[in-house]
Amino acid sequence: MFLLWARWQAGGVTMAKITLSNLRHSYYPNPKTVDDYALKQIDLDWQDGGAYALLGPSGCGKSTLLNIISGLLTPSEGQVLFDGKDMTHLPPDARNIAQVFQFPVIYDTMTVYDNLAFPLRNRGVPEDRIASRIAEIAAMLEVSDMLKTRAAGLSPDNKQKISMGRALVRDDVNVVMFDEPLTVIDPHLKWKLRSKLKELHQRVRATMIYVTHDQTEALTFADQVVVMQDGEIVQIGTPVELFERPNHVFVGHFIGSPGMNVLECELRDGGAFFQGQHVALEGAIRPDMTGKPQIGIRPEFVTLGSSGIAATVRKVADIGRHSIVETRAGNQKIALVVEGDTPAQGDKVFLTFQTGQTRLYSDGWLATTQEAAQ
Amino acid sequence: MKTQNNKGWFFVLPVLLLVAFNALIPMMTVVNYSVQETFGNNLFFWQGLDWFEQILRSERFHAALGRQFLFTGSILAIEVPLGIAIALAMPRSGFWVPVCLVTMALPMLIPWNVVGAMWNIFTLPDIGLLGYFLNHVLQIPYDMTQNPVAAWATIIVMDVWHWTSLVVLLAYAGLVSIPDAYYQAAKIDGASNWAVFRFIQLPKMKNVLTIAILLRFMDSFNIYTEPFVLTGGGPGNSTTLLSIDLVKIALGQFDLGPAAAMSLIYFAITLLVSWLFYTLMTKDDAN
Repeated sequence: MFLLWARWQAGGVTMAKITLSNLRHSYYPNPKTVDDYALKQIDLDWQDGGAYALLGPSGCGKSTLLNIISGLLTPSEGQVLFDGKDMTHLPPDARNIAQVFQFPVIYDTMTVYDNLAFPLRNRGVPEDRIASRIAEIAAMLEVSDMLKTRAAGLSPDNKQKISMGRALVRDDVNVVMFDEPLTVIDPHLKWKLRSKLKELHQRVRATMIYVTHDQTEALTFADQVVVMQDGEIVQIGTPVELFERPNHVFVGHFIGSPGMNVLECELRDGGAFFQGQHVALEGAIRPDMTGKPQIGIRPEFVTLGSSGIAATVRKVADIGRHSIVETRAGNQKIALVVEGDTPAQGDKVFLTFQTGQTRLYSDGWLATTQEAAQ
Repeated sequence: MKTQNNKGWFFVLPVLLLVAFNALIPMMTVVNYSVQETFGNNLFFWQGLDWFEQILRSERFHAALGRQFLFTGSILAIEVPLGIAIALAMPRSGFWVPVCLVTMALPMLIPWNVVGAMWNIFTLPDIGLLGYFLNHVLQIPYDMTQNPVAAWATIIVMDVWHWTSLVVLLAYAGLVSIPDAYYQAAKIDGASNWAVFRFIQLPKMKNVLTIAILLRFMDSFNIYTEPFVLTGGGPGNSTTLLSIDLVKIALGQFDLGPAAAMSLIYFAITLLVSWLFYTLMTKDDAN
């Protein structure tokens, strides 16, 4: 392991900052409206050595983005730069990238060893160097004992480990991309592979991009999470930032369980009113806001009290350490997380929102700042 | 004691009856003929295994068997690589897919005797399109009724024309079932086109190719109608394949005993080769 680390220190590894500039992509030959684009406008920097997750629902364009970075797809507009060098029109093998796919891709007729050696042999790496590289990677992935077996007979999780091994065995990769790599893995093995990946990133220090629609996978793997919706990036941030200050109601919904409460409200006299009651916000409202106003508050920051917003308890779900209470205030649903004693179904309760965590959204986008209101 | 439920046998009974009447009983009559001598009038004399010995020692049988293996070997050596090559060249999506598939399927829809008759006319030296073209335009003397090499070339080309499509369609089915991720991974791994073929396409086509080769082996080894209509086994005996020879013995010479023994040997060879081939091709999958 030290040898590997030493080689990286010695500069034997070429890693790069990846820049996506003005990227747009459409699968139609002549896109006319914005809706024809699978990727609408992407400007993004992936820092060297970062652990990123690309999170979004199915069909949001995350796989398209991944294939553009890897070179399997040429974008309709814009550029892909590796350390400032234009890579937009280069094929995958000229980009020094590695990718792990949703379904394990292994070469059936080869042994595990030959599978791992394949990308190196294709690049003319000498056999003794291949042997030492494979020994290192196999040890990391804990597959050393199966190197001589035929890859076709392995279980899905081991096959996926071999696919990852083929990506990691090259020491010249700019970025390793994972396209929902745990889809076919049994639940009880998922967390094992997930922590293995995290550990690998810490050891190898290569830039890694992990595409998933599973928030748990994204939040546990990545230092920075890029949330996408409908071909657009809605927020980039650490897991904590995404949780605490969603930039868009979509992020609030998508991350967290249950998702953020989004409540229709009125704007009057420079304040927000819900069901006729004034609601204190985290800070000042952006003066230029014009869209439809909504209050966003996470269930974790709603508490039961003796005064506040009147609501009726609709459902109580005990999920172990705490309970999720679903209430209704007027025609709107408000969920809250309650530790300890819970009210019963049908009870009339009063809810208070933690001021520092109550935000206003305008047409879905965050419209309050954390600066104090004047 | 374990109680056994034997009800299942009743469900197999209809199939057993069907197989008995269309395969087992006819075959037993052949077995019956193969160990006896008959001069008609329902008179039979016991011969034991004499006919089998006679067939196995006869040069005529050796020659026909040799021609049969030569024919089957030749068409397999052409049809399998050619079929794979065509399947690889066919488009995987778009407008041309159905066009290609239907075009490929056409030769297989034509009845055997029609194929024989078509090629017979096609190759007539003076009026056939191919025959005329070879003889009078390219000035190559070609007459398959006179020249054994021409006759062989014709039956092989005819079979390739008739049946390569089967290999194409099966190989194509194998190819389209390969997920895109394999090709993408291979691109990223820097694999050459040859490596993609050798390590992805060929292994993924293995099962369908096994079926294709097996079908082509059995069909071509038992082929009768097309060469019978085309060359009738001639010129001389040069294209007398096993089945043609068998019919000559059984119906031409009315030697029912030797013909029955020969057909059993013929059947045993077909079965043995098919079994050997299939066992060899699938032995890796078992472990």
